[in-house]
Amino acid sequence: MDLPFEVVDLPATDHPEAGDRVPDFERPLVGTEFWEDMSLSTLTDESPVVLLFHSMDGAFPATYVWNEVRDRGWLDRDDCQVVGLSISSPYEHADLLDDRGVDARLYSDPGNGVAEQFDIVNDLDGMAGVEEPRPAVFVLDEERVVQYAWVAGEWPEFPDYDDVEAAMDEL
Amino acid sequence: MSDPAITLYRLQACPFCERVVRTLEAYDLDYRSRFVEPMHSDRDAVQRLTGKRSVPAIVDESTGVTMSESGNIVEYLEATYGERSKGGA
Repeated sequence: MDLPFEVVDLPATDHPEAGDRVPDFERPLVGTEFWEDMSLSTLTDESPVVLLFHSMDGAFPATYVWNEVRDRGWLDRDDCQVVGLSISSPYEHADLLDDRGVDARLYSDPGNGVAEQFDIVNDLDGMAGVEEPRPAVFVLDEERVVQYAWVAGEWPEFPDYDDVEAAMDEL
Repeated sequence: MSDPAITLYRLQACPFCERVVRTLEAYDLDYRSRFVEPMHSDRDAVQRLTGKRSVPAIVDESTGVTMSESGNIVEYLEATYGERSKGGA
């Protein structure tokens, strides 16, 4: 975004970079019909995974991200799975999938523990006791090794979808 | 991690589902939980499996059984796994 003023800079973190193996985790993974506990490694065992961390469902960045994913046809690719993650509950995820008209899956992590594991916690100003992940994208191979990483350095900030897509094409 | 043979389709806070969970735990059975939506009309996955949209419903791949209604499920679990857990083969 080009804005005529300074936006909030986020401090540097020690998040996983290209070549690093990301930590495994297990959380409820929500699809259009049900949710169940699912580890990230179970998904990467099947195929490469594009893991999208975004703001809580209902915030406009979550809407924008999933509209973009849908419109770019990322969910129709058979070379990788695009999976979201936010602190929203499974019920909110079900609504998001319905509202955006996407047949995708999202991890639900209200405790924000995955963002802690990845060192991408975003403390939300003005929402006491609430934190969520920074916007971030990790393109992972079948070994959970990062092929492409992007973590927001400003707030708000959106991924460069062309770069992500280029990384997906490299898989 | 191997997939458990039994999949339980359940609704959060549904007492009939908890009844089935209690039985699964009593017989120390490994199972996977799949939570469905409160809205009946949104439960197509369950409908395809059992012909009904009610939960609880289970799929037991080790016996090929798919069924719904907690009374039936508890009866089935007792008949199938109850004896064994009491010291049978």
